[in-house]
Amino acid sequence: MLEDLFKTVKSRFDTDPEHSKKSKVSIPSDLLFKCPRCGHVMFMEDFVGANKVCSECNYHARLSARERLNITIDKGSFVEYDADMVSANPISFENYEKKIEALQKKTGLKDAVITGECTIKTKPCVIAVMDSRFMMASMGSVVGEKISRAFERAAEKGLPVVIFTASGGARMQEGIVSLMQMAKTSAAVARHSDAGLLYITVLTDPTTGGVTASFASIGDIILAEPKVLVGFAGRRVIEGTIKQRLPDDFQSAEFLLQHGFVDMIVERQNMRRTLSKLLRHHGYVGTSK
Amino acid sequence: MGITAWERMEIIRHKNRPTIRDYIPLIFKDFYELHGDRLFGDDHAIIGGIASFKEQPVTILAQVKGKNIDENKDSNFAMPHPEGYRKALRLAKQAEKFHRPVICFVDTPGAFCGIAAEERGQGEAIAKNLMEFFRLKTPVITIVLGEGGSGGALALGVCDELAMMENAVYSVISPRGCASILWKDASREKEAANILRITAKDLLDLGVAEEIIEEPAGGAHNNYGQAAENISDYLAGALGRLVDVPVDDLLANRYQKFRKIGEFSE
Repeated sequence: MLEDLFKTVKSRFDTDPEHSKKSKVSIPSDLLFKCPRCGHVMFMEDFVGANKVCSECNYHARLSARERLNITIDKGSFVEYDADMVSANPISFENYEKKIEALQKKTGLKDAVITGECTIKTKPCVIAVMDSRFMMASMGSVVGEKISRAFERAAEKGLPVVIFTASGGARMQEGIVSLMQMAKTSAAVARHSDAGLLYITVLTDPTTGGVTASFASIGDIILAEPKVLVGFAGRRVIEGTIKQRLPDDFQSAEFLLQHGFVDMIVERQNMRRTLSKLLRHHGYVGTSK
Repeated sequence: MGITAWERMEIIRHKNRPTIRDYIPLIFKDFYELHGDRLFGDDHAIIGGIASFKEQPVTILAQVKGKNIDENKDSNFAMPHPEGYRKALRLAKQAEKFHRPVICFVDTPGAFCGIAAEERGQGEAIAKNLMEFFRLKTPVITIVLGEGGSGGALALGVCDELAMMENAVYSVISPRGCASILWKDASREKEAANILRITAKDLLDLGVAEEIIEEPAGGAHNNYGQAAENISDYLAGALGRLVDVPVDDLLANRYQKFRKIGEFSE
């Protein structure tokens, strides 16, 4: 990345291969962050310090589920649900187990969602956070089951649910079984809602396909982070159908707000406070410490 | 058996494959189509209305495939926009109010992918149907006539019983889409069709469908009357099983039908 910036300089050195070899400085790949939206380059240290928000265009970059929990919930309050649940291979899809195992090693996750109970500024809630590093947080049996159980437990305990969504959609490798998770999770949302309980969705980058078409779109209150991608169909699929390029803001959080499908766009630095206040508005006052 | 998923897809793509427009007069009496979602417009990819089935009033919701280019243009090749799903939900709630069973016929490549569909909330429309059909205090039966394409099919697929026509398929992704993701080559759709487990028998084995409705030899296009009669026989049985079930049990069973689907270990 840094090499791209100094391309002209680098090419000058390249004319002398001996010199070029000696002067090659190894640059750690995590030194810089280049914004995928606007191309702005920041030092990784500054980027991380800003909770991974681009200082130029305000794009809210993807966080791992653990990073998200760290900046959202009260320290030490998290009690994880179903931490050991792992996927089977319902339609015997070739290489599916291998793929899962490799991702488990790489990410330290068992599958694409972490669920559990926590407090946010002392207010209790059930929380689910999806992690796009795990097969683009696609929804298979594990995601479907953990989300459904999260709603069922919240309903039993009279707790609100907060979900940070991110997903490429249903998980193709589980065939029709993954499609049915859309129905299953929506059913669990309905039961929780019928118990008079609050469900807040936070749409993060990217939320698409079967997750948009199920539990992500039926929250009582739907928040979104700035500039994130949210939609049903893939951009390329639509471009292929209409044979023209779509505007850049198509399927952005701002696009959804304009068309009436999002309640509020909330900056990452304000998310914890916003969730806390919304919980409070619904009678969750928490335990004063 | 012995017919591959791909061969079944060729059968359901036969140009004379009966559509819901063929079946309605053969199965029901006095069908009156009702239009519009009361919010935006009337989607022609989904029709809805009231008819009687063996003297019992029922609400019909169905995706409409055409048999020629004009019919398909009118029904957008059975790919609904959000207003189609919202019309279906409006008519389902009407059915609930008047204690009519709802019978859904699925036959779609999928929900339409386009600018207008996104602007009007395709994801929200499908999600809302999934949630609201779980609350519907009247029996819901879904029959997949031919093609069950992903979320666009599932939006009419939250039901008490799911039946598949013998050659129908139901899939999370089109074999073409699967092939292009998996091998970056859409032309390998035939291979993809055969590994995705999308046939009626597969769905029965996976616990997603309850029943397979037999088709005349070679496929439903060879004998509309026989195919319609088989659907009628199934419907009579299914309604018999469902109409007298107390509402609380009906809803609890519907929840369980979907709740138990999923394979994992812990």
